[in-house]
Amino acid sequence: MAAPETSTAAVPTLYTNNTLRNAFGGVLSFFILLLIGVMAFSIRLFSVIKYESVIHEFDPYFNYRVTQFLAKNGIYEFWNWFDDRTWYPLGRVIGGTVYPGLTLTAGTIWWLLNSLNIPLSVETVCVFTAPIFSAFASWATYLLTKEVKGTGAGLTAAALLAMVPSYISRSVAGSYDNEAVAIFALIFTFYLYIKTLNTGSLFYATLNSIAYFYMVCSWGGYTFIINLIPMHVLLCIVTGRFSSRLYIAYAPLVVLGTLLAALVPVVGFNAVMTSEHFASFLVFIIIHVVAFVYYIKGILSPKMFKVAVTLVVSVGLAVCCAVIAVLIALVASSPTKGWSGRSLSLLDPTYASKYIPIIASVSEHQPPTWPSYFMDINVLAFLVPAGIIACFLPLSDASSFVVLYIATSVYFSGVMVRLMLVLAPAACITSGIALSQAFDVFTGSIKFQLTGASSNTEVDAAETSSSTAESQTDAVKTEKPEETAKNRPSRKSKKKEREHGEKPSTEAKAEKKRLLALPLESSVISLLLLVLLGAFYVVHCVWAAAEAYSAPSIVLTSRSHDGLHVFDDFREAYAWLRHNTDVDDKVASWWDYGYQTTAMANRTVIVDNNTWNNTHIATVGTAMSSPERAAWEIFHSLDVKYVLVVFGGLVGYPSDDINKFLWMVRIGGGVFPHIKEPDYLRDGQYRIDSQATPTMLNCLMYKLSYYRFVETDGKGFDRVRQTEIGKKYFKLTHFEEAFTTHHWMVRIYKLKPPKNRIRGKTKKSKSKTSSTTSSPKRSGTKKKNPWQ
Amino acid sequence: MEAPIRAREALGFILFSLLFSICRSSSLNHLLISNAERRIDLSSHIVKVYLTLKVENAGSTPTSEVLLSFPPTQADHLATVEALVTKGKRKKTTLVRLDVKATELPDAPNDAKYFTIYLANPLKSGESTTIEVLYLLTHSQEPFPAEIAQSESQLVYYRDSALILSPYHIKQQTTFIKTPSTKVESFTRVEPSNRAGTEIKYGPYEDHPPYSFSPILIHFENNSPFAVVEELVREVEISHWGNLQVTEQYTLVHAGARHKGVFSRVDYQSRPTLNGASSLRYLLARLPPRVHSVYYRDEIGNISSSHLRTDSRKSELEIEPRYPLFGGWKATFVIGYGLPLQDFLFETSDDRRYLNFTFGCPLLETVVDKLTVKVVLPEGSKDPSAVVPFPVEQHLETKYSYLDVVGRTVVVMEKKNLVPAHNSHFQVYYTFKPIFMLAEPLMLASAFFLFFVACVAYLHIDLSIRK
Repeated sequence: MAAPETSTAAVPTLYTNNTLRNAFGGVLSFFILLLIGVMAFSIRLFSVIKYESVIHEFDPYFNYRVTQFLAKNGIYEFWNWFDDRTWYPLGRVIGGTVYPGLTLTAGTIWWLLNSLNIPLSVETVCVFTAPIFSAFASWATYLLTKEVKGTGAGLTAAALLAMVPSYISRSVAGSYDNEAVAIFALIFTFYLYIKTLNTGSLFYATLNSIAYFYMVCSWGGYTFIINLIPMHVLLCIVTGRFSSRLYIAYAPLVVLGTLLAALVPVVGFNAVMTSEHFASFLVFIIIHVVAFVYYIKGILSPKMFKVAVTLVVSVGLAVCCAVIAVLIALVASSPTKGWSGRSLSLLDPTYASKYIPIIASVSEHQPPTWPSYFMDINVLAFLVPAGIIACFLPLSDASSFVVLYIATSVYFSGVMVRLMLVLAPAACITSGIALSQAFDVFTGSIKFQLTGASSNTEVDAAETSSSTAESQTDAVKTEKPEETAKNRPSRKSKKKEREHGEKPSTEAKAEKKRLLALPLESSVISLLLLVLLGAFYVVHCVWAAAEAYSAPSIVLTSRSHDGLHVFDDFREAYAWLRHNTDVDDKVASWWDYGYQTTAMANRTVIVDNNTWNNTHIATVGTAMSSPERAAWEIFHSLDVKYVLVVFGGLVGYPSDDINKFLWMVRIGGGVFPHIKEPDYLRDGQYRIDSQATPTMLNCLMYKLSYYRFVETDGKGFDRVRQTEIGKKYFKLTHFEEAFTTHHWMVRIYKLKPPKNRIRGKTKKSKSKTSSTTSSPKRSGTKKKNPWQ
Repeated sequence: MEAPIRAREALGFILFSLLFSICRSSSLNHLLISNAERRIDLSSHIVKVYLTLKVENAGSTPTSEVLLSFPPTQADHLATVEALVTKGKRKKTTLVRLDVKATELPDAPNDAKYFTIYLANPLKSGESTTIEVLYLLTHSQEPFPAEIAQSESQLVYYRDSALILSPYHIKQQTTFIKTPSTKVESFTRVEPSNRAGTEIKYGPYEDHPPYSFSPILIHFENNSPFAVVEELVREVEISHWGNLQVTEQYTLVHAGARHKGVFSRVDYQSRPTLNGASSLRYLLARLPPRVHSVYYRDEIGNISSSHLRTDSRKSELEIEPRYPLFGGWKATFVIGYGLPLQDFLFETSDDRRYLNFTFGCPLLETVVDKLTVKVVLPEGSKDPSAVVPFPVEQHLETKYSYLDVVGRTVVVMEKKNLVPAHNSHFQVYYTFKPIFMLAEPLMLASAFFLFFVACVAYLHIDLSIRK
């Protein structure tokens, strides 16, 4: 693939020799790329080898379930799928609310394999989708960086991306989430944009829109593309780099891309109606105005042009003001100013914690800490500045894009730890450029020093790919009008022309090189240090892949003196639910476990990880933080048969429901004001020991977690909170224990059926209620049930 | 009991005896059982009955057929019937297996079901022989109470007859019933009967005419887990590259008294003998020796609680379900393993190949309600035929596996109500030409070759319109 395009430095005297060299270079880079792909795939298999081939975490289970549905029922059923297993009693329209890219990709792979009679299960395909696409992503990185700075930088960047920990954390085998394919789509879209920008070919522009469409299908992060590319276009226009190539790169993308994006059900008319997309339309108008101005400038004399400008500007300003006023009025009329909550929390990092606790409660939506930068991109953090500098030497359209990309993604990653993932490719590209440039300089000067200035030709021959890439970009610059004029020249003719064009520039290069040469010793030492840095990076990445990011989180292991201990409690509980409860029973749990319950236990849940209905989640939060009777009433009104809580106190599993409980209180209290956070805190401290507040000790979550816990060790010592629990002996009146897993990590309770009314008793209780209805307690419980 | 009329008179006196027909084959009337001993073993949920019959030919013509009869309720749960005859005298005795076939008699009283034992040598007039019969009953212990809480132990009913149901006159008979523990709530008394330890003895009873029946009910404690596999699909895939891949899909259920109310883990963990005594904690599967790549998983992933012990003669796989199974609880799982092909695949003299493999379920002490054995033959094999020692339903299917073009022939055998005694070998014969082994590698090689040729061609042809 790379063979014909690595045609580089041409030394006229060694013409035939050189083509052979190019061919070797091409084959070599092809094999390097192949190996990079293999590495990207295999470094992500630690999870399969250390654990098993299984879907990880929470969201991937939903994607897996959707893929199973798609594989079983076909694409049309998928679009119309109304899922009644979740958000009971509301349900969810899956086809219209899900980004279908990942599902369709895996579904297609599965279908293709099965039509070739390779009977892989849907699960296997889903598990390995992410590693496959990370190999694709590293190839896309190669292409993108090659467009910017040449083959050497491309290969370096691809190798860096193949093992960048930030990306590994999201794409290990089993991590079947949107990001797995979206990062590939993101990089590939950028590559096609740059390619169009460099060639001005409408063919690539069309491909670009299609890649953008795939990105829209895959991930909500597509808004990053549709904002970054307009920004870059604007930057080019402002810096006077407007060209027809820029127009071709941008205008078709907006028109075709928006049309295609609107085809995705989950986006639909959002593609033209929400503020996230306005920037692209604004720039679309601007680029047309600019193009028009350039056209007018071309046909009018300078004097006439000035007159025209003043005329148009005065009229145009008035019209623009009116249009902008209307637009602002329109946007301002919507409560969120046309921005979705998640996007707003990107622009204003404090937005979520102020207004949307449900977004703030997710750990991956928190701002990252400095160590997480080091953990996730490691030495790239130091190489990035060097790469940015290299991008400015010389600044081309493509390299300015990379600079813009890294700048914006650094900002976004600072807002949300999850968006570190967007930063990672940018960091890899810039670091790749930096590394390869540095290698160029050092190896070049070593060779120069060793061979001396005796022969020019050898120096030229020693030039590595990136200097030639520089010349290539130079050549592109010098040949701009010529290149844009021809639409799609055949490869051979193109090659020849390029070589012709490069001849003078390489001659000049040799002179320049001699001046830039460094002393031998310092370059050798620097080279060694760079290799050391790279080695450190590799060691870190392998460690991160093997130790930090491979745990599937549904099965936990711990190493003790008597060997490996496996905690498989989650699946134990889900399997129990699946086989021993009625198929239509409803299971209530905190929303974290919703996706897993529907996928693994195949039971209807009240809320799940797609947190689209805050009120519904708040209802569950309220029930969990209410006393038993009130909670029973809420759950009963929701038809719930089983309540599932996760409890880590026995084995010391820290992310259990007691530790998440304050979020339940906050989210519940946000909708039902009788739940107040201070009631659960003693002097602002969250505690469950004897100092805890009575509200805390009587709430359902406490009771379900610690029911009969004291009988395990006689004291009730909670290993997560490192304290003895406050209330040790109590009975449940409205719930009964249905199942508790081996390590007590999941406890499932059954709602007791309402008691039969006995005639005599009814009368008694009637008289009682009539006497107590006026009491505040009774009215309080009545108010507490939001579903009555 | 020479004349049918007299037999009828005798029947009338017995309260629970069954009526029977007028016409009988001659052998029926000339045989009588001089001594019968029955031992019923109730210690697990599979009821094992050992019946020792001393059969005498009192007629004039030699006969080689002996009938066994079962009440219809038992016949439905009858898993297997085997008959042995002892040969030789004193110390040199050898046991010879006899053919047993289910037989329909046109006028069986009260739908009694029959099995015919075919003697190796016809029994001449006046001679006698001793036949050992073993039959196994499944689903014959009914939990009562039908629902128990976690701390209660499981009590079951067993119904049978104190007298052996037989189409022949029985001169003397005794029945011993072995219960799993000394806890027997009650048992029907049919004098003379008594209980000592774990054994209840009925009899000896003298001179009972054909079809005598005296129902008994025993209510006793049986805490052995009632492991029942509702459905088992065993797939045996033959690869001539040297591997036999076995995949077994289980739907396991605890068929004992249903669990009621709370399951408390703290009680279960702290006092395991008192709480959940009848729960199913683990199962033992006996696999062939030299087993490799064993896996144990279910639809949501690997189940980590299993142990494999191998030695040169057998492999034992101890598996624990994800959760202990209480009465009525279900679990599904898959066990898969590979075996070296040369241990199971042989060639006949006429160039056919045959697979020799065990039929039943490898789990010990389990009942399989429905078993499907699928033998996937390699692609290109022809003329499959299966030889199974007991009657099964058979048909052929086609399966497409890795890169198949014409598909693999699958021999499907189905049988209901199996016990571990069905773990005998069966054979599947087929013809196969070794050249077919190369089909898929060649296909792949040519596909890659064509791909590279296409690449080379594409790189050497300039497809652009303009030069």
